[in-house]
Amino acid sequence: MPGKLKVKIVAGRHLPVMDRASDLTDAFVEVKFGNTTFKTDVYPKSLNPQWNSEWFKFEVDDEDLQDEPLQITVLDHDTYSANDAIGKVYIDIDPLLYSEAATVISGWFPIYDTIHGIRGEINVVVKVDLFNDLNRFRQSSCGVKFFCTTSIPKCYRAVIIHGFVEELVVNEDPEYQWIDRIRTPRASNEARQRLISLMSGELQRKIGLKVLEMRGNAVVGYLQCFDLEGESGLVVRAIGTACTLDKLSSPAAFLPACNSPSKEMKEIPFNEDPNPNTHSSGPSTPLKNQTYSFSPSKSYSRQSSSSDTDLSLTPKTGMGSGSAGKEGGPFKALLRQQTQSALEQREFPFFTLTAFPPGFLVHVGGVVSARSVKLLDRIHNPAFVGIMGNTRSYKLLDWNSFNSDEPETRDAWWAEIRQEIKSHAKALGCHAVVGYSESTSICEEVCILSASGTAAVLNPRFLQDGTVEGCLEQRLEENLPAGCGFCHIPYDELNMPFPAHLTYCYNCRKQKVPDVLFTTIDLPTDATVIGKGCLIQARLCRLKKKAQAEANATAISNLLPFMEYEVHTQLMNKLKLKGMNALFGLRIQITVGENMLMGLASATGVYLAALPTPGGIQIAGKTPNDGSYEQHISHMQKKINDTIAKNKELYEINPPEISEEIIGSPIPEPRQRSRLLRSQSESSDEVTELDLSHGKKDAFVLEIDDTDAMEDVHSLLTDVPPPSGFYSCNTEIMPGINNWTSEIQMFTSVRVIRLSSLNLTNHALNKNFNDLCENLLKSLYFKLRSMIPCCLCHVNFTVSLPEDELIQVTVTAVAITFDKNQALQTTKAHVEKSLQRASTDNEELLQFPLELCSDSLPSHPFPPAKAVTVEKTSPMGEGNFRNRSAAPCANSTVGVVKMTPLSFIPGAKITKYLGIINMFFIRETTSLREEGGVSGFLHAFIAEVFAMVRAHVAALGGNAVVSYIMKQCVFMENPNKNQAQCLINVSGDAVVFARESELEVVSTQQPAANCQPACTGGEVTT
Amino acid sequence: MTSELDIFVGNTTLIDEDVYRLWLDGYSVGDAVALRVRSGILEQTGATAAVLQSDTMDHYRTFHMLERLLHAPPKLLHQLIYQIPPSRQALLIERYYAFDEAFVREVLGKKLSKGTKKDLDDISTKTGITLKSCRRQFDNFKRVFKVVEEMRGSLVDNVQQHFLLSDRLARDYAAIVFFANNRFETGKKKLQYLSFGDFAFCAELMIQNWTLGAVGEAPTDPDSQVDDMDMDLDKEFLQDLKELKVLVADKDLLDLHKSLVCTALRGKLGVFSEMEANFKNLSRGLVNVATKLTHNKDVRDLFVDLVEKFVEPCRSDHWPLSDVRLFLNQYSASVHSLDGFRHQALWDRYMGTLRGCLLRLYHD
Repeated sequence: MPGKLKVKIVAGRHLPVMDRASDLTDAFVEVKFGNTTFKTDVYPKSLNPQWNSEWFKFEVDDEDLQDEPLQITVLDHDTYSANDAIGKVYIDIDPLLYSEAATVISGWFPIYDTIHGIRGEINVVVKVDLFNDLNRFRQSSCGVKFFCTTSIPKCYRAVIIHGFVEELVVNEDPEYQWIDRIRTPRASNEARQRLISLMSGELQRKIGLKVLEMRGNAVVGYLQCFDLEGESGLVVRAIGTACTLDKLSSPAAFLPACNSPSKEMKEIPFNEDPNPNTHSSGPSTPLKNQTYSFSPSKSYSRQSSSSDTDLSLTPKTGMGSGSAGKEGGPFKALLRQQTQSALEQREFPFFTLTAFPPGFLVHVGGVVSARSVKLLDRIHNPAFVGIMGNTRSYKLLDWNSFNSDEPETRDAWWAEIRQEIKSHAKALGCHAVVGYSESTSICEEVCILSASGTAAVLNPRFLQDGTVEGCLEQRLEENLPAGCGFCHIPYDELNMPFPAHLTYCYNCRKQKVPDVLFTTIDLPTDATVIGKGCLIQARLCRLKKKAQAEANATAISNLLPFMEYEVHTQLMNKLKLKGMNALFGLRIQITVGENMLMGLASATGVYLAALPTPGGIQIAGKTPNDGSYEQHISHMQKKINDTIAKNKELYEINPPEISEEIIGSPIPEPRQRSRLLRSQSESSDEVTELDLSHGKKDAFVLEIDDTDAMEDVHSLLTDVPPPSGFYSCNTEIMPGINNWTSEIQMFTSVRVIRLSSLNLTNHALNKNFNDLCENLLKSLYFKLRSMIPCCLCHVNFTVSLPEDELIQVTVTAVAITFDKNQALQTTKAHVEKSLQRASTDNEELLQFPLELCSDSLPSHPFPPAKAVTVEKTSPMGEGNFRNRSAAPCANSTVGVVKMTPLSFIPGAKITKYLGIINMFFIRETTSLREEGGVSGFLHAFIAEVFAMVRAHVAALGGNAVVSYIMKQCVFMENPNKNQAQCLINVSGDAVVFARESELEVVSTQQPAANCQPACTGGEVTT
Repeated sequence: MTSELDIFVGNTTLIDEDVYRLWLDGYSVGDAVALRVRSGILEQTGATAAVLQSDTMDHYRTFHMLERLLHAPPKLLHQLIYQIPPSRQALLIERYYAFDEAFVREVLGKKLSKGTKKDLDDISTKTGITLKSCRRQFDNFKRVFKVVEEMRGSLVDNVQQHFLLSDRLARDYAAIVFFANNRFETGKKKLQYLSFGDFAFCAELMIQNWTLGAVGEAPTDPDSQVDDMDMDLDKEFLQDLKELKVLVADKDLLDLHKSLVCTALRGKLGVFSEMEANFKNLSRGLVNVATKLTHNKDVRDLFVDLVEKFVEPCRSDHWPLSDVRLFLNQYSASVHSLDGFRHQALWDRYMGTLRGCLLRLYHD
């Protein structure tokens, strides 16, 4: 009995009137955990009941503690009829399970009902007593910390970054069970909420087990998603990066609350469930089935890489015999000497992190992505389909007997995609993928699985049992020109995977760099950037015939490569138009609908000093003889050139002029112009001739041979820059701005448009979609105008196609004001400082990684002080110190909880991570008009979701959520029936932060805090 | 392409003061957009009309959702759904409960009932304030009235505590509630020249001096029926006022009073002769107002009587305000020298307040 959960129900307030006659409520509370239920007394005739209950005690396994949510139901007592439910509160008690997070959950929680929304609040206190359990066969992974943040959390230091962990669990969706036809919508919604909560808990526990197995103690960059597959079920899947973290304030290595498992554990099969009861509600995915056989069903996979050309793929290794995250061999090639290291076990050298400790990232190869189209009705083992004949009949059977096969199918799908990613990375000469993420888009029975990341070469010293600091120390003196190292190509320039234009690095002049660089990660802190960055989006729609099953999947598969190609072209054009040469945080989302496909790519463009100046965009006409046409072309050309010039000014891009001689002779390879033609016309040679007149050697050519192309050029020019004083980016911070003030505003904006169904063309569709996104951005700029000068950071667009003619765009971002007058040169000073610290030894690592690894193995014991520097280079930074105008948090009865998609709070320091927030809500209404229509309904719901997140954070003792993300917002309406339903899934890290000014007082105890003001104090100029 | 759904939800609820004002003023979304366009906001920000429309809709939706909470302001402070900085909360509440001078003059002293609500149409037409805004203001009066009606203790404090209004606004509401409760007539033609401020000033004086709460002692018996300490005039006091009758009924006393006043004011008053000629009429008027206050009907007509019996006669003789002040001071004070008169305290309680009111009411 490893744990005792204690719950006390204190009071309620603002309850709804349940008895019309008396205008009052006789409320009582049911507290349920697992199969045990306690009740409070009825508190008669009050809307503000004071139950002040005893401590309800649940004695439970820690496995249950991880899986089960605490379920609190508030009811109205009715003597004569059934008691009416007022609403529920689900509390995830996971944060109480690791030693240094929250110790008690106590506070006011909104009472939530899926039909009525929030109906009052309840004050609850929850505690957990954990007993240490030395049972080696245990299934729980208490003590493993989870972070949504995709960088090393601010008050920790990474001792080892172990690598990729993934898991998924599958269940039937209660909404599609036969019983759903006879139960109330409320019961259905609650069953769904509860199930997802349970599955999330189970998933997290299983991931935790994998982490313990790798001897890590935390998961960073934890991303959990669910796929609503409808009839075929519900998949909850998660990926993350296993790490061993060390708390900065304490030099001693952190140990999980429960003892870490001994080494032999690996040999022990985990499927021996010590407690058969625990899985009654959800299916288990026994770990013993580690070898997967791919389902023989046809898979409509169409993978394409982000690079311009199709990579000829290296033979897939590990396919068929591979296992998820256990055995794995290919990585051996890199680190074959370290048999003892955890690396050995990594099948996929993937990292969900987007920002890294200095020196971790050595080279970046480029974006790698893979997509695959799958038919959902094929997910079952064919044997079952054979037996049952029709897919509906299985519902009447005991589901649990089936679904043990299901996760494997899904695992196999993802394994396939990951293999693809890995081989793409290999082709780019990289041994790892960073900034890795996975997503799905489902429409009816078709599902597109996508994965993308950035191929990279990493410094292996972080990946093994050894000491990071020792290595860093060692490398300090070498002091190589950093700030450009990550741009240097990792691949062999004579055997390039795709045609690219290489030059010598403009920074160090020693290594080759590509002309443009696309990545999915955040801009490295030590990168030298010229000017500011900006949000760049490519938007694209493609009509598709309505089709069924395989025909549909084939159609989609055929369209995908074209979409990828066009998205890429658009991105490239827009990047050039901005006068920039690199994209960070690239995220390409392909959404499938009944009759169309949508592609939306967002990234932050910057000018990297190490990369060559981008050439202009050259327009070429097809019929050069026509005079007026020519004139038109030249007019457009002028417009484009003007735009580029204007953008350069706007984003302050004025790189120092470098003469050709210094850069060196042209690259030996054939001087192939990186040229993208809009259509593969036969006249391409002619074009080549034409643009020579321009003189610029790497000009980008746009050939205009039809009206479509003309429109494309037009649309390029119609992207309006944000109003002055506004910047936007989709990365954590805006390159070139670092003097943030503490004023932040996180928001979610949702828009749905209905397309006129008449004669839709690709062109009209594109325009509609483009307008939708542009208008949305314009609205945001208008709404937030009071915050000028300000930057929209982490702008995250999500597109979905809920119905035939509906397009839904959801945006979540944070607006941060910055101080225009503060000196910007602090960036430079800071960069220089971090450069000295960085240890990117490109040359050596590129060619002799193995030697270096062995070099570094005999490690020095690292002084804890060193950790400070690692932490110090965090992107939030120094600028904040300049600005202590902390917003006066006036005394309100409700504490302010900040929410941000970023991993930091400007002007403040995160002092404690309290645990992960992962919440799933369903809201349904049958009185849509009365609730203000779809807008009123969704507006209220999102506000309620924010409120519930804030309440949970406050109850944990926190005052902010960082790395907040709305992972899903599924909205369905039926205006004719006056109904609507919405599902929202959000997550983030609950934290405690302190304003920098407050911190100085306590800085003596905290070396990190101590160091920062000292470092920056000299730079304060104003 | 039509927008089906368009929302913006901030972690901190965005409040646009200008849009809030338009919403409070009862403009439809369309009108509000038109007004905002006219304000030149498009030129300032470079936004389009569509953006403005979307923004306005969004704010209106937010305000609509907040309205339920604004009906009970403490709820706005304790609720968890909308994160609003305290200063913004205060602004929302204050503006929501603010009212138009033109409107309040129409309903001041009227019973806050359904019947009056029907008249809102007419008031809207007459004042040019939108019906929606009239409704909100009327409902605010009524809501505040209902909540504080049964409460003990200071009226202003009660309003402040339950509606979290600023001191100034709470005082105004106290006046409105007081007037509504006592149904003072304020709509007569001859009272039209008076502003809400004039009445509110009088209300405050009356609450301070003429109600039960004004006596300063809480009822010792908790079961006693005197609950509405600040709302109702002190019945006993009104009853006692009959005793003042002697000041005008007793001819000797009246003459003595007149001579005391005249002696004191001779040479100091610009309108001395008019005063001397009118003294008995004025005195009769003021004392008769006091003695009639036992009847509800006469309480209601208090202001009409004061204007008829005192303000108008003085005004027709062109008394300057300074002379009115001198006269009233002397008129009140001289009573203390009347040996035969035993109700000095009563007189002071009555005349002290009345003097303040009259001075405030005496203007063009």
